Amino acid sequence: MGESQGESLLALSGAWAQGHNPEPFKTIASRLISNPPHALTIDGTEITHWDSLLMAFLLQCHDFCRTQGIAFDTRQLPQGTVELLDVATAVKAHEEPEETPTPWLSTLDPANLLRKASSGTRDSLAFIGEVTIAMGRLVTGRANTRLRDFAAFCYQTGPNAFGIISLTSILVGMILAYLGAVQLRQFGAEIYVADLVVIGTLREMGVLMTAVVMAGRTGAAYAAQLGTMQTNEEIDAISTMGISPIEFLVLPRMLALIIIMPLLTVYADLLGIVGGGIVAGGMGISPPQYITQGMAALSITQIAVGLIKAVVFAALIAIAGCRAGINSGRSSAAVGQAATTAVVTSVVYLIVADAAINIVFQQLGI
Amino acid sequence: MSSSEPKQALIEVRDVTMAYGTNVIQSNLTFNIYQGDIFVIMGGSGCGKSTLLKHMLGLITPDVGDILYSGTSFYSASKARRDSMRQRWGITYQSGGLFSAMTLEENITLPLELYTEYTKAEIKDVVAYKLALVGLAGYQAYYPSEISGGMRKRAALARAIALDPEILFFDEPSAGLDPISSSLLDDLIVQIKESMGATVVMVTHELPSIFAIANNSVYLDNISRTMIEYGNPAQLRDHSQKAVVRQFLSRSATADEDSA
Repeated sequence: MGESQGESLLALSGAWAQGHNPEPFKTIASRLISNPPHALTIDGTEITHWDSLLMAFLLQCHDFCRTQGIAFDTRQLPQGTVELLDVATAVKAHEEPEETPTPWLSTLDPANLLRKASSGTRDSLAFIGEVTIAMGRLVTGRANTRLRDFAAFCYQTGPNAFGIISLTSILVGMILAYLGAVQLRQFGAEIYVADLVVIGTLREMGVLMTAVVMAGRTGAAYAAQLGTMQTNEEIDAISTMGISPIEFLVLPRMLALIIIMPLLTVYADLLGIVGGGIVAGGMGISPPQYITQGMAALSITQIAVGLIKAVVFAALIAIAGCRAGINSGRSSAAVGQAATTAVVTSVVYLIVADAAINIVFQQLGI
Repeated sequence: MSSSEPKQALIEVRDVTMAYGTNVIQSNLTFNIYQGDIFVIMGGSGCGKSTLLKHMLGLITPDVGDILYSGTSFYSASKARRDSMRQRWGITYQSGGLFSAMTLEENITLPLELYTEYTKAEIKDVVAYKLALVGLAGYQAYYPSEISGGMRKRAALARAIALDPEILFFDEPSAGLDPISSSLLDDLIVQIKESMGATVVMVTHELPSIFAIANNSVYLDNISRTMIEYGNPAQLRDHSQKAVVRQFLSRSATADEDSA
């Protein structure tokens, strides 16, 4: 780098290409800052060959000189580089508008969190309200809900889920039986494993496991379907046809889940009790004993508790899934995000609703 | 500026301002679209053309201003009134907007089932006729994913004209089509428009389409974020006072002769 009367001459030489590690711009910049010239001229006479590294270097020089108010000039650069530099500098670099940075602590501001939570709750309630109104229109026969769609969703939701529901419910029944047997043996009361499995499965585990499977399988599928329709402008097309997307898209999905969930729950209960029986057999409780004891614990109330939960859970899963889908953004990434949101929200809904229902039933003595 | 003989404005966009949150996209848009027009909304990429169309379709409510159809405000009308206004529209979306879970026949059947008194057998015949109009006779049983992009655009057109609409809206109808398909689609739009006496509102920046079929237009500017021209596109290309409009319409990156 040569200097005369505040003008610097930067002579580049050798290979400016990958594998040759030419000097990075940073080292030159620090020298320019410590002793700023009026003008900088780059001489490329000695350059043997070059690639994008040289261009990146020139662009950095150019931008640096512009921000520092240094006159920038070139001479004898390899053919083509000046033209490329012109193209690269034709449009000014985008500058982000200045934003006051928000310190990360303020993201924990309870007022902010509360505002976010309350607007989220308001949106959820508004959605549930729309669904309720649409239900009303359906009951009075004024809704644009197609029976054909409903049947198709029933098939997707129900029969196709038999395999995975069978597996999970048998295993959960067995787990319940093991857990109970180990504890009850201490009191010599192994026979009550049957009560534990029957009541535990009917009231709690059968329906909850079915709901979790449905949240992952059906809730996520609903979100992905509706999200894709949003991306594809299908939901716009439905709205501009004067059809309510809630009646046309959400209701058939939700009703399918509400009808199918109790049926799947009964199926899961049966298999759960069978699973418990297998373990009990291994613990020395004969099948007739297990059945007799289990029948004594069985009551219509226990079954009804499970079925009521099934209906509530089904509605919650459908609402979480459909809402995530309808509110999805218009890109493939947003559809994936919607599916995730659907599963996470519905699992949270399930646990909270289950706890709430249990408390209510306990207070009512059911 | 406007068309020669005084006609009743079919669509009046009045002082519309569109914004996402605090981010204003376009403001103070005021223009009329007349019966029988082929009206083009043009402007650079990202200036809010499609967003304006969504406002006109009632999908997004404008922040300020109103849109009137035959003198009736869309946004202050009752839901029933809005639905009956919508039945007079036919719309094709940028991505077609066909229902991917339904066959072409079911796609076109849906509006007919909802809003006409045709019997099932009549609907079947009408669907076949609409598909034949767009050159897709015999494709009833195909799903949108099974046909090419150009065919999807035409299928979307068939659904848009299912109810013989008074106004046809197109969002970038020829985007992504080769020049031949694109000009065939233009011809199709003009033929259908002429024979049905419909008015066409189109978002596009395909210059050949604009000059081939449009008789009136509005230009939305990216920088000033408002409309800067209104009129016949061919006249605007030659006589507009705004350099950027002349550049846009003559497909040139630099301002010509005496522009400022």
